[in-house]
Amino acid sequence: MNTADRSMTMEPAGMAWLRLTPLRLVWLVALLAVTAVWIAGKNVFPWAFTVPREMRLPAKTLVGDAMDWLVEEANFGLFTFVEFTRFVSRLVEIPYQFALSLLSTGFLQGQGSDAVQILPPVSWIAVIAVLSLLGFYAGGRRLALLVACCFGFIAAFGQWENAMVTLASILIAVPLGAAGGLLMGIAAWRWRAVDIALRPLLDLMQTVPVFAYLVPILFLFGFGPTAAIIATIIYAMPPMTRITVLALRGVPPEVTDLGNMVGCTRRQLIWRVMVPTSMQSLMVGVNQVIMLSLNMVIIASMIGAGGLGYEVLAALRRLDIGAGIEAGLAIVALAIALDRLSQALARRATAQHHVTQAPKSLLAAHPYTAAAVLLVIATGIIGLAVPAIQAFPESWQASTGNFWNEVVKWINVNYFDQLEALKNALLLNVMIPFKRFLLGLPWVGVVGLVALAGWSLGGWRLALLTGVLALLIAVTGQWAKAMVTVYLCGASVVLACLIGMPIGMVTAGHPRLWRLVEAVIDTLQTLPSFVYLMPAVMLFRVGDFTAMLAVVAYAISPVIRYTVLGLQRVPDNLIEAGKASGCTNWQLMTKVRLKLALPEIMLGINQTVMLALSMLVITALVGTRDLGQEVYIALTKADTGRGIVAGLAVAFIAIIADRLITAGSRRLRARLGLQEEAGA
Amino acid sequence: MTVSSDRSATLSLKSVWKLFGDGAEAVLREAGGNPPPEVLRAHAIIPAVRNVTLDVHEGECFVIMGLSGSGKSTLVRCMSRLIEPTAGEILFHGENLLEATPQRLIEIRRHQMGMVFQHFALLPHLNVLANVAFPLEVQGIGRVEREARAREMIELVGLGGREGFYPRELSGGQQQRVGIARSLAVEPDVWFLDEPFSALDPLIRREMQDEFIRLQAVLKKSIVFITHDFDESIRLADRIAIMKDGAVVQIGSPEDLLMAPADDYVAEFTHNVSKSKVVRVASLMKPTGAKSPKGGYGGEVREDVSVAEAAPRFAGSGKPLKVVNGEGKIVGRLEHSDVVKLMMQG
Repeated sequence: MNTADRSMTMEPAGMAWLRLTPLRLVWLVALLAVTAVWIAGKNVFPWAFTVPREMRLPAKTLVGDAMDWLVEEANFGLFTFVEFTRFVSRLVEIPYQFALSLLSTGFLQGQGSDAVQILPPVSWIAVIAVLSLLGFYAGGRRLALLVACCFGFIAAFGQWENAMVTLASILIAVPLGAAGGLLMGIAAWRWRAVDIALRPLLDLMQTVPVFAYLVPILFLFGFGPTAAIIATIIYAMPPMTRITVLALRGVPPEVTDLGNMVGCTRRQLIWRVMVPTSMQSLMVGVNQVIMLSLNMVIIASMIGAGGLGYEVLAALRRLDIGAGIEAGLAIVALAIALDRLSQALARRATAQHHVTQAPKSLLAAHPYTAAAVLLVIATGIIGLAVPAIQAFPESWQASTGNFWNEVVKWINVNYFDQLEALKNALLLNVMIPFKRFLLGLPWVGVVGLVALAGWSLGGWRLALLTGVLALLIAVTGQWAKAMVTVYLCGASVVLACLIGMPIGMVTAGHPRLWRLVEAVIDTLQTLPSFVYLMPAVMLFRVGDFTAMLAVVAYAISPVIRYTVLGLQRVPDNLIEAGKASGCTNWQLMTKVRLKLALPEIMLGINQTVMLALSMLVITALVGTRDLGQEVYIALTKADTGRGIVAGLAVAFIAIIADRLITAGSRRLRARLGLQEEAGA
Repeated sequence: MTVSSDRSATLSLKSVWKLFGDGAEAVLREAGGNPPPEVLRAHAIIPAVRNVTLDVHEGECFVIMGLSGSGKSTLVRCMSRLIEPTAGEILFHGENLLEATPQRLIEIRRHQMGMVFQHFALLPHLNVLANVAFPLEVQGIGRVEREARAREMIELVGLGGREGFYPRELSGGQQQRVGIARSLAVEPDVWFLDEPFSALDPLIRREMQDEFIRLQAVLKKSIVFITHDFDESIRLADRIAIMKDGAVVQIGSPEDLLMAPADDYVAEFTHNVSKSKVVRVASLMKPTGAKSPKGGYGGEVREDVSVAEAAPRFAGSGKPLKVVNGEGKIVGRLEHSDVVKLMMQG
């Protein structure tokens, strides 16, 4: 560094970027080497383009065999592994059946078609009323109205039954996922070894695409709602675990000291001091669990979760845009209602007020519970006589399916050429050349460059990590598909940045505009990924372009958010210094603010990459030919090995990208002399 | 300095060390239990508490004063083993705490120790009553009994009527009153206060100090009081220990420190304190001598009042004052010139 500084002062300023530091020399040589191999082509270096047979790792077969062993032979002596998992599945089934009966089917006696309903499900009016009451309790009249509107919308558009099936799954998955995450988080906080063991596992769990572990779950837990719930719990637990660890570490040391000083035992310290004190952060985790559960329950319709997700899936399969959009909108309504409700409840849980007077009776002490119980019973009884109270009458239902189909038809009649031209222009001039370029690169060169990037950004350990992960993708025979994934992800992220960063730059200076944009991207982030497919398919049918649009819509929020946050955090005195030096607004933006906000923006891009990768797998449904498709095919063929290996490859790409970008951001931050932020 | 003492020691620290860093214990052992700073620095070990020996007497207010980073907070946490000392002995009623089992330690903390924290450390999910009752709840005492006791404590600190309030509904001063009530609920033998008033604004701080003096007059606890504010320590302390870089520089009464600071560091603190308010007549008086002074005495003053309080008694006459003890017996005389000299020093 010192020598570099000195050499800079010796050279004319304009030539500074040309000077050859050792690092740049290494990069230059490496790039030249890769280019040479690339130009020489397959005939000269065949091994550099296709992985030689003797280097291949039969990972698919290995994983498949392991799975077979687990399913057919593994046992604990008294019972087999599968018996155990099926037992777990039965165990989850009990509360699920109860929730389903309560909300959807009613309580039945007997089997199959002979079943007699002994108690009807809670009527639609009661569900809406109770949830609105909850909204009123947690957030006042506005929230109550919002919740009522959301569920009213679901009922009015004939999605009630499906929504209740989805809601029943969530009702079971959320408490189990939150409790599981909490316990794992506490264990990780308490025992260092657990923390160390969990950390890579959590990284993997959050980056392996969800489809990939649907296959083994299918084998172990069977097909159906309970398997879907288990997949949901597994999916929603890691963030809760992370948040729990952070929350417990965030408890002020004085409070821990207090617990110890009053003579708490370990258990008292955790449950009476640490957990209640960090309740606010923990509730953020519960909100995440709810939203992730919703997302997963929708996706898990592929292994029989039923409900709204199944509607979207079925509509996608037969390309019935109208039905798909309807179910999609119902999901949106459900997501918004659940998100706002859980957020308000979280705020309420940490904001008690003193009561001046003790309530006199049990009824007065719990007015909301009493009202809710009363409502359910009353509507239940009236519902026996008046069917319209019990079930939303079909004659009231509106369908927008035809409307949406008409819209699509209208768009296609009037704007087909323009849309098609746009799509083709982008595909032919940008996307396909980019794809060809990536596919044409020698794998050896790419692995080497990835490792080199790791080395120059974070030293040997990072180089080893990124290099080995990239190598693993190659030797397990995933290279070509992985490159397609990289291409789609890269194109989507670039497009997301091209759209998101200008939005961020404009809104950063206008607080009121930013509040509006923030509300929009907050909502975008809470929507389950499935929902994004429908509008894209509606306009552009299936293919890479459609997939890219869906990915951009799903993944754009972090870029916007971090651009705004980064710009807003630039210290005022630096902006003043810029102004004092006579910068125009444009110079101020490009030469001062963006430069200083860059580390922050990079973190946003990092999150966008992660979201894009998770969405990419889902876009397999609209016909991409990448790792996502591989996982999806594995799911439909119930091929565990294939699914997991492809899923891991996606996870590896995610981890490589994450580590490189984070390291880059950290370096940049250090160079700018900005403070390292906790948790960033 | 005061290893053994005439009064019984509630808490007695003997050569207590707390070192942070890898292999600290080994370094300490190799250096024969007293490594010089250079050795510690060479091993990248940070000394937070260095070789502290002190006694806290029954019923006294013992103040540990030091600037931030001087190790005072670490030291008070070592006293209750919230932080594990690296070496030394901590005798609490003669029992070495460092040898206590975890169960025994929990017992001692539950029944014999109370602590007040700088940032109050109130539990946000509990109201005032439940916060004060919390130490009793942890012990497994029934609701009726613990709430009765908590109410008593809340009355004592003047928060009656606020039992149902939650911490964030209270002002800083009120929150610290809750913290004080909570720490007293178990009737501790030793009361630790870790900068209890530092987070409060100056007016409230003054008020809380008065409150503290009132409480201590009633309760007569053995107190370890941590502060970075020398004026506060002078107001409240029976004795003060001044800490610097983890070591105790001087232990003594406020007067001792003022009249005979051990080094420049201590003198720096005493510099701005008006001595006449701290120094008592007994320290400034001269022996009566064989016969009474020529012009006779100008008046009478008790030996235990401060010089500043005694000064008006001269009433412009310049005649010496007769100094008497509690029983009215003459013990010395206070010369006008001595008082003037002291007051001129500030």
